[in-house]
Amino acid sequence: MADTTDVTTAVAGCDLVSTEAGEGPAVVVLHHSFGPVGWTTLADDLATDHRVVLVDLPGFGRSSRPDWARHPRDLALLLGAWLRRRELHDVTVVGPGFGGWVAAELATMCPDRLGSLVLVGAAGLLPEEGRILDQVLVSHSQYVQAAFHDPAAYTEVFGDELTDELLVLWDESKEMTARVSWKPYMYNRQMAPLLAELDVSALVVWGEHDDVVPRSCADQYVRALPDARLEVVAGCGHAVDLEQPARLAALVRSHLA
Amino acid sequence: MFLSYFTEQPMSTYPEQVGLDVGYTSVLFSNKHFDPVEGSRLYNERLEEYRLAEAVGYDGIMVNEHHNAPYCMQPRITVWSSILAAITERVKIVQLGNPLPTYDSPLMFAEEIAMIDMISKGRLVSGIVRGAGQETICVNSNPAYNRERFQEAHDLLVKIMTEDGPFAWEGDHFQYRVVNPWARVLQQPHPRIWVPGVISPETIQWAARHRYPYISLNTPLHLTGALWDIYDNAARDAGYEPGPENRGYLLRVHVQDTEEKALECAREFMWMQGQFTGVGHPYWVNPPGYGSPERRLAMARLANDPDIRSRAAPFEEQLATHEIVAGTPDQVIAALRVVLETCRPSILMLWGNDGKVSHADALRCIELTGTEVLPALREIGDELGLHDPFELDTPVSLQYS
Repeated sequence: MADTTDVTTAVAGCDLVSTEAGEGPAVVVLHHSFGPVGWTTLADDLATDHRVVLVDLPGFGRSSRPDWARHPRDLALLLGAWLRRRELHDVTVVGPGFGGWVAAELATMCPDRLGSLVLVGAAGLLPEEGRILDQVLVSHSQYVQAAFHDPAAYTEVFGDELTDELLVLWDESKEMTARVSWKPYMYNRQMAPLLAELDVSALVVWGEHDDVVPRSCADQYVRALPDARLEVVAGCGHAVDLEQPARLAALVRSHLA
Repeated sequence: MFLSYFTEQPMSTYPEQVGLDVGYTSVLFSNKHFDPVEGSRLYNERLEEYRLAEAVGYDGIMVNEHHNAPYCMQPRITVWSSILAAITERVKIVQLGNPLPTYDSPLMFAEEIAMIDMISKGRLVSGIVRGAGQETICVNSNPAYNRERFQEAHDLLVKIMTEDGPFAWEGDHFQYRVVNPWARVLQQPHPRIWVPGVISPETIQWAARHRYPYISLNTPLHLTGALWDIYDNAARDAGYEPGPENRGYLLRVHVQDTEEKALECAREFMWMQGQFTGVGHPYWVNPPGYGSPERRLAMARLANDPDIRSRAAPFEEQLATHEIVAGTPDQVIAALRVVLETCRPSILMLWGNDGKVSHADALRCIELTGTEVLPALREIGDELGLHDPFELDTPVSLQYS
């Protein structure tokens, strides 16, 4: 495993905490609505030839909560300020799930900082078909388990037992998600028109068996983004970043090549 | 003593077996099982029962609000309050309570409260609540801001009731460029505000800090001592000495001519698989951010427990601990003496009928309670010094003390 460094950066009164390793082009990796899961296999893989920055979104994990934030766009604003504070340029932002929504919002507001955008089962659009799985109507563990097609992959990431630490993280994350995306749930009608202005190359990655964000959202992102292509990962659920990290790392590398 | 009648207004004709089969009876339990023909009948039976409650001597009629579940047919508290304002002459209309934070307009509540207070000629007790966790899902109100919204909505409501408009309100959760409702409360400075709850320490302390009576909702009797300790300490910190006038208690009490009949009807209190709010997934009951951070882990553990069966104690056990009181008038009076001696409330909400208790049995319960039990309770209340806020003409709040 790569040697990692934790970095705390104050932005607009909010401490954003990131874990970083590797050298090369910068890749910022966000996380799902159920919170950061530590230094991931995906991060470790990408860190062999990239500078990987795993950041806890404002109000999630180790990052402090901006009490004023009411929308994922507010989190994206903080991330934009954080990119500037950290002097990160030509960044590839990898956003899975809810983090994908924040990444897309970020791309609409500071495209000059981004070199590339990778959306993985990204929320943020109202599905033309189906509904985004509502975490309010299910338990924490049911929601996270639904993000995996292979139960063994879930167990590999989270273990056999629900620890108190994990339950608290999930609950705090669920609360923060509610604070910024309770209604409408997991989409923003104001974002799609702005995506048309993006001049960064985008890769849209979707698990073949995504039971959280409907596949129709993948097609909608590809249509909305001027330069985007879709990769569907076979035999995989919503959380491609956690269930098939090696496959996602290969797709990211291929996209950046 | 202030003695009030209450029923949840059960939608008692829903198919119980379906509820047992799906495992829950709230939030997502389909309203295809709501029969409006039966609903119409039940609403009109409640009208007759409320009229009788007034006629036989109750001091008040308590109404409430819940959504998406057969245990309660009151999805809008101000509608039933309005009806009671029109069909009754004497009883207080006790709202326990208006779910302020679950709607986006405290101004709407203020207007409705003022109308009801005027139409009832000053008989409104305008209780307020945060709304149960699952209500925030049913009306799609963000639970993470529920407590903040409750406090802000309360502040705005009191300002509307006590200050002249127009004024502007620029709060964190509610904003109005003009607050100037042409409907003003009749009671001055404003109708009494009572705060019901089960045992949340934050809410108990909040009520005490405002000098609002706290109405304990069927909290097990042995826990009420600890509950009042929390209230009393907060009250003393706020600078006043609390007493029974600050205490209310809601209890399930069913009276019939014979013990056998009373017990048969009282078993209906167990109708929602023993839970008076029905059975729901714990993650509906405690939606994200609704609970206090101090209880986060306990609530998260509960939410991820796959077993959602009822955790209610058996009927006989609840009888033994006086969580349910049932019997002939004499038996009920004896049991309620124990309750009053232990809990020492001056406000007693007698939850008389639930489940599939027939209209005829409900009427008999109300009649016997009113004519035989209530007079005895008043005597016991006087003996124990349980004087209510109306008897003592207490200030409506600390602000107006």
